Order: sequence, then C-alpha cells, then structure tokens
Amino acid sequence: MVSADHSMRRYDEELEAIRSRVLQMGGLVESQVRTALDAFERADLGLAQQAIDADKRVNELEMGVDQMVNHVIARRQPTAGDLRMITGVAKVITDLERIGDESCKIARAVKWLHEKHDNSRLNRIPDIKHSGEAAASMLRRTLDAFARMDPQAAATIIKDDLGVDDSFRAVLRQLITFMMEDPRTISASLDCVWVAKAIERIGDHAKNVAEHVIFISHGWDARHQSLEDVERAVARA
Amino acid sequence: MEGATAVKSFEPAAPVGSMVPAGGKLASERIKITVRDLNFYYGKFKALKGINLQIPEKKVTAFIGPSGCGKSTLLRVFNRMFELYPEQRAEGEVNVDGENILTSKEDVALVRAKIGMIFQKPTPFPMSIYDNIAFGVRLFEKLSRSAMDERVEWALRKAALWNEAKDKLQQTGTSLSGGQQQRLCIARGIAVKPEIILLDEPCSALDPISTSKIEELIDELKSDYTVAIVTHNMQQAARVSDYTAYMYLGDLIEFGETDQIFIKPGRKETEDYITGRFG
Repeated sequence: MVSADHSMRRYDEELEAIRSRVLQMGGLVESQVRTALDAFERADLGLAQQAIDADKRVNELEMGVDQMVNHVIARRQPTAGDLRMITGVAKVITDLERIGDESCKIARAVKWLHEKHDNSRLNRIPDIKHSGEAAASMLRRTLDAFARMDPQAAATIIKDDLGVDDSFRAVLRQLITFMMEDPRTISASLDCVWVAKAIERIGDHAKNVAEHVIFISHGWDARHQSLEDVERAVARA
Repeated sequence: MEGATAVKSFEPAAPVGSMVPAGGKLASERIKITVRDLNFYYGKFKALKGINLQIPEKKVTAFIGPSGCGKSTLLRVFNRMFELYPEQRAEGEVNVDGENILTSKEDVALVRAKIGMIFQKPTPFPMSIYDNIAFGVRLFEKLSRSAMDERVEWALRKAALWNEAKDKLQQTGTSLSGGQQQRLCIARGIAVKPEIILLDEPCSALDPISTSKIEELIDELKSDYTVAIVTHNMQQAARVSDYTAYMYLGDLIEFGETDQIFIKPGRKETEDYITGRFG
C-alpha cells in the first residue's frame, strides 16, 4: 500500500474519509451482529428489535460511502493502490451491508421463536453459539485487517471460514436429529436453521472482505482461489 | 468467475535498465523496435541512461514521466530527429526490424518516412490541405494525378478528416481548427505509408473533443501501424495505450501492460507518480 501523501491534499482527505467511514460502518455492523446473537441466545425481543433498527443506519452508511466512491472515481480518476482501494471499498461495503441483513434475519428468527412460544431451548444449542462467536470474531478481525491493510491477517480469516462452514453442517445435523425425534420441534428448528444459515453467511461475507483486503493491499485477486494459493501469495507480499 | 485471475497473471516488475519485461503478453507480441543500452547526450548532459526496451508491433506504447525524464528525447531518437543538432549524440542500439537505425547508412529522410512523427503543436505547411499531404508523397513516389488524389483521400480518411476537409482541399491547412490541423499532420505522416508513428504530446494543445477524436484515431491506427506516444496526461496513456513505459531522470523505471501499470505497478516509483504522490 502507498502511504505517502498525494500532491493534492484534498484527495488524501477524501480517501481518508472513505476509509474511516467504512470502519464506522464496520463497527456498527459488528455491534449489530453481536446484538442479534445475544438476542437469540437470551431470547431477548428488545435486543432483537435493536439489531433490526440498526440496519437503517447501516444502509445509510452504505449509500453514503457509495456516493463518496463515485465522487472519487469521477473527480480523481484513481490509479494503482488508490484504484484498488476504491474498487475494494465498493465491494467491502456491499458485504458489510449484507452482514447487516443477516443480523436482521437472526433478530427476526428470535421474534418468530417468541411468537411460537417455543420452549425447546433450541437457542441454547452450543454449536450455534460457537459458530456465532466464530463468525463475529472473523468479522472483528477482518475489520482490523482492513484498518491495518494486513494481507497476512486476512489470509487467516479466509482459513477460519472453513470452521464456520463445518459448524453450520454440524448444527444442521443436530437440528435434523431434533426434528426426527420430536416433530413438534420442526417449526422452531427451521427458525434455528435460518439463524445457523445467517451465521454461516456472516462468515462468508467476512471472508469476502478479507479477500478484498488482500486485493487492495497486495493487488492479487484472492477470490475463487484455493487456501494454499492464498497463503502462498500472501507470503510473497 | 471469468477474469478472476486477470491481475494474478501480471509479471513482476523487472529491475531498472534490464530488457523489460520478458514475460506477460509481450512475449507473444512481434517486436518492432528493440532498444539496447541506449545512452543519449545533450552535449555533456546524459539525458538517457542505458535504456533497454522492446516496442511491440501494431500496438500503442505510451511513455509517461515528469518533465525532463527523457521520454520525448527517446521518441526523437527513434527517427534520428536529434541529428539535426550537432551537440546531441546517441550511443547504443535502436533496432527497427533488426536494423540499427543509429548506425544505418540509410538516408535519414527514408528513415523518417518509415518512422513518422507528430508534434505537440500542429505544424501544417503553409500550403493547401491537399498539398500538405501530397508534399511528402512527392519526395518518395512519382504518382499520377489520379493516384495522388486517391492517396490524399486515403490519408485523410485514415486520419478521420475526410468528411470535414473534402470540400476545401485547396484551402490552406492553417485555415483548419487546431484539432483538424493535428489530424492533417497525422494524415500527412500516414500518406508516405510509414510503419511506425511517433506522437509527441499530440493532444496537449487541443480541446477535449479534438482530443477524443485523436485518441479514437490512435486506436484505429494501431491496426496498421506501430504507435509510440509521449503524453503528460496519464489518463490519456491509460485510455489509448496497450503498453506503458514510466521514465524518470533518464531511466526507464518500469515497462509493462497498461492495465498492470495502472492497477498494480511493480515499482513504488511508478505507483507514486501515477497516483499523484510525486512531490
């Protein structure tokens, strides 16, 4: 990454404003995810509503950053590291916004479970909790990697997504077992499947952000590559 | 996803002064000009320092860099323009189709007919549009009146000027607008059927509409000619060229596919310059 200042100070300020706005959006989304996961674990409707309400601000931030990106493209014709930052940010904010959407899905599932007077305590399934924690941790670390433009840290996040995917499959197996053993849990189990799927998608989006970090910082497109290739490319960085 | 590995395929930057780059798309191009260990002097001042470069045939190669970096000097060496000034000299090789034009016994006028040059400021001759084009042709070929008419029309069409000039061929070249004059100069250069066209900041005196016409013309010219362009406008280099060379203080810092140079330059000096961090 280029660190020196541009000859044009205003351009530096615009790029810095975009970077800090993305981090602001990331912080908000991170807190939205944690709120939604807490709401699910504690079956807390108030927290669920809080997570749903946060989405409006996340969407506004996405549109705001989009506008800033368009401005820089139109006015500055960014190149090289600046170009990668701008195109990377446009993708990062899309992933962050989708993470916000997934948090809302979790929060809505909390409401559905409440409406069904579910007493199955499915929300206490340890694997859902663990996979939620893993996805939230991926998101936090991917935002750190973005802030520091650290491709090595980003590569470890890509690796961690495999664990979140495994957890999702484990949760699915458990829920299928519950449904087979007691068909009365089917409706609530399906709600929990949506939650587990949303967590798995949060992991995927965090991984996407990590891939964008590698492209921005290193100029190597890490999408659709094997983990070994990613690790090799990053080691060369 | 298609194109997902596009950036991945870029070759790493070669060190300054080496024959760059050995790989990438250039490896599959036919090379028109090969520059080897080229040094150039304005009196005692060394303006080009050991340049090694391959310019591919029927592609547009752009030279960028801050003022005084040697890019225009390099272009002037390509058609021995510097020989007009006794205190200027070049060492090394500039091989065009394998023949070193610096030591060639070929008449310099023939070299310049084969390697035409267009300058920053349009320089139409003080004669009619028709004669501007016919003048150079008459030096090298004896054409009948009708053959000459055809050649003039062909050159004007190639330079995208025919529609605007066909009804005023006998008017002076200087009566045209700046952009039209520059296209007339390009038509004049093309009329002698060169193999290489050198453009030294061809749009720096033109308005945006004329500039876009010239840029479109450059894009068309490359199907028949090898084009080398010096430009101060980096966006222009990005728009029109297939390959880009970045020069600084007489050194060739980096040469590569234009996409690579503008998305992921191999050298920090290039990155600093094209992103505007050049202080």
